[in-house]
Amino acid sequence: MIKRTFKDNIKTLATLFLTFFKIGAFTFGGGYAMIPFIEKETVEKRGWIKSEDILDIVAIAESTPGPIAINSATFVGYKIAGFFGSFFATLGIVLPSFIIILIISYLLKSFADIKAVQYAFFGIRAGVLALIIKALITMYKKCPKNKVAYFVMLFSFFITVIFDINVLYVVASCAVIGLLSSIYATRREKE
Amino acid sequence: MIYLDLFFTLFKIGAFTFGGGYAMLPLIQSEVLRKGWLSQKQIVDFIAVSESTPGPFAVNISTYVGSVKGGILGSFCATLGVVLPSFIIILIVARFYEKFKKSKTVEGVMSGLKPAVIGLIASAVISIGTTVFFANGFSLSVFSTKEFYISLLIFALSIVLVLKKLNPVFIIILSATLGILTGFLFGL
Repeated sequence: MIKRTFKDNIKTLATLFLTFFKIGAFTFGGGYAMIPFIEKETVEKRGWIKSEDILDIVAIAESTPGPIAINSATFVGYKIAGFFGSFFATLGIVLPSFIIILIISYLLKSFADIKAVQYAFFGIRAGVLALIIKALITMYKKCPKNKVAYFVMLFSFFITVIFDINVLYVVASCAVIGLLSSIYATRREKE
Repeated sequence: MIYLDLFFTLFKIGAFTFGGGYAMLPLIQSEVLRKGWLSQKQIVDFIAVSESTPGPFAVNISTYVGSVKGGILGSFCATLGVVLPSFIIILIVARFYEKFKKSKTVEGVMSGLKPAVIGLIASAVISIGTTVFFANGFSLSVFSTKEFYISLLIFALSIVLVLKKLNPVFIIILSATLGILTGFLFGL
């Protein structure tokens, strides 16, 4: 971080907030859709971070808990202006969603009893199923494939389909499986 | 107290979500359905809303759950809950991320988590598919209802359009229109 005057700091924080507010207000499709937008705003327009840092940001956002969008906003904010940078970047990215959904949830409540709205959602549910399947295919294509990966996929799928098990336990045990298998693989390499 | 419950539940969900987009969906289903805060139908309907509005799914769904259960303050607590784990963890990781990047442990854990999310979302597809096609429970009589075949038709059409990389918002508008048309036409 470069040393700045107090006034500069306030200005940076305000710009950070507004930049991420814009990203939050205009990206459809969530975290991954935001990455190119974040790159454009922070690398090309503002020159805050270097282009190769974007790859780091994606890697970190993917391998830490929490949604990609929040992780990348917090990370970029921190790189630019420390703790307060993180705070304002994250606030910026969350606020548009928060306001919009708050309004929509009241509208949904007031319109839920209208026949046309019920029919619309009846149709929409079938469409949403297709969208989730698409997301699943995209994720599958991106996932590294090996014996352990296939085992974990099948394990987490069947255990949650068959049993009414808390997903948190499944996530935790898959992390352990991954860790143990990588330890085992490195040991075998050494031998 | 509902506000604390919202905060801690969403905090837990935020802390156990890895990846973007629908990675959070299985956790939302598991926790929010279990508590009876939203029905499976409400969750599916809300996915459509979230696809048609800007912002990350995680924030959208948390705000919504919070609003349904506890109004504005509920939304605030839920959203704060979902954001906080990310925020804290990134602040810690950002300090020594060169080390974090090269960590064998992180790499190992991720090699288990990435495929886990895929298995979990596949399982969410099954449960949402059941809601879409067998809304009133599974029985043979479902196959003689108009609803079943209309859903099947809209689903098949959406799959084709999705694979042609059509914008999700367009698919939602189209399936809503088809839902309204067939709904009034057949008096569902």
